[in-house]
Amino acid sequence: MNKFVSNIITALILIFAQGLFFNNINFLGSINPFVYVFFIAYFPLKNNRTFFIFCAFIYGLIIDIFSDTHAIHAAATLVISFLRPNLLKLFFGIAYEHQVVKFDSIDLRQNLLYLFSIIFIHHLILFGLEIFDISKISLILKNTLGSTIFTFVVIYILFELIINRKK
Amino acid sequence: MQRIIYFLIRNKDFILFLSLLLICLSININYNEYNKSKFLNSSNSLFSYLYDTKFTISKYFNLEYQNKILTEENRKLRLHIYNMDDKKVDDLEKINFDVTSGSVIKNSYSFTNNFITIDVGKKDSIEIDHGVISSKGVVGIIDKTTSNYSRFISVLNTNFLLNAKFKNSNYFGILSWDGININKVQLKDIPKQANVSIGDTIVTGGNSLIFPKGIPIGYVDSYKLDNSQNYLELEIQLATDMANIEKIYVLKNNNLSEINSLDE
Repeated sequence: MNKFVSNIITALILIFAQGLFFNNINFLGSINPFVYVFFIAYFPLKNNRTFFIFCAFIYGLIIDIFSDTHAIHAAATLVISFLRPNLLKLFFGIAYEHQVVKFDSIDLRQNLLYLFSIIFIHHLILFGLEIFDISKISLILKNTLGSTIFTFVVIYILFELIINRKK
Repeated sequence: MQRIIYFLIRNKDFILFLSLLLICLSININYNEYNKSKFLNSSNSLFSYLYDTKFTISKYFNLEYQNKILTEENRKLRLHIYNMDDKKVDDLEKINFDVTSGSVIKNSYSFTNNFITIDVGKKDSIEIDHGVISSKGVVGIIDKTTSNYSRFISVLNTNFLLNAKFKNSNYFGILSWDGININKVQLKDIPKQANVSIGDTIVTGGNSLIFPKGIPIGYVDSYKLDNSQNYLELEIQLATDMANIEKIYVLKNNNLSEINSLDE
């Protein structure tokens, strides 16, 4: 129960930080980090998948209301929350299947690859739906890459500060 | 029957995922058709309140720049007053456009469809389709209002269209944005015999009932013939810096109902 409350508080802090601060950075004109993905990437491992997918949808929808976008954050968050077990299996292999993976004691290289791919998928869907025009594929890819790198750096710093410190 | 239920239970995650994804896509596609989904936006009260609080804190950091703009505008207005002809004073009795001033509490320019929230609403008699300008030029059109706040479609929105013309001739075209550079918008359908030169001022045309004729939009940055070889396509440098706007004015056309009654 205690963990449940602390997860909700983390989610709320990330939502407010995203809406009030990270959405307004506009680095080099229009690059913003989408730091709220942190919550989806490092949500505790043992959980009910159905419940998690539903939570991710609501979580994305709140971000949408904050950013005045039309369910694009919800869709992108939904997709990564659905794909998360598959990605974990891909990057952590047998260790994940035997349920011995813990985020505070994982291999650095595997962690970075996992984080990068989850962010990249999220941003690709986000910008794909936002621009919604296949003829502007270069713009979609440019925005995706720019934001992915920015988000990746910020989330990794958060990871070191919050999860790795507990060791 | 049992098998179907078993199948549903086994794949419940995937079915939930698919149905939620369909909801997201339908919201998004409806919007792209043209702005049908108006229920997801930040001008509802809780979020506006938060942005308002944030704005009261952050506005102090921008005061110097905004003061400079206001001083510049005052200077221009004084110039007008001192050079006004006496006979024009009578015109003031018949006001065509009401002006309400307000502040931006949430700016946005990093997407391809940007909306901006301001701190005036129905209480200040703001309604849908009123024009919004800054002291330098056009910035958008109101698309949703609540009692204390409203939201407008920014010029930097790929769904924004506006009738625009040259300041020194009457060739007009359609202004839109391609979503790439936040300082440049595109003006299309200008006949190729128009005499264009770099730096010409583009203003609002009188064909739109939303804005009065002659409000500046921007300056010609470059131009080229379009695919049909009959029309020019112009790149316009916006007069307003969309990344840094705070004070805006909302324009209400007082003759709108009278003009609309002609079309019935």
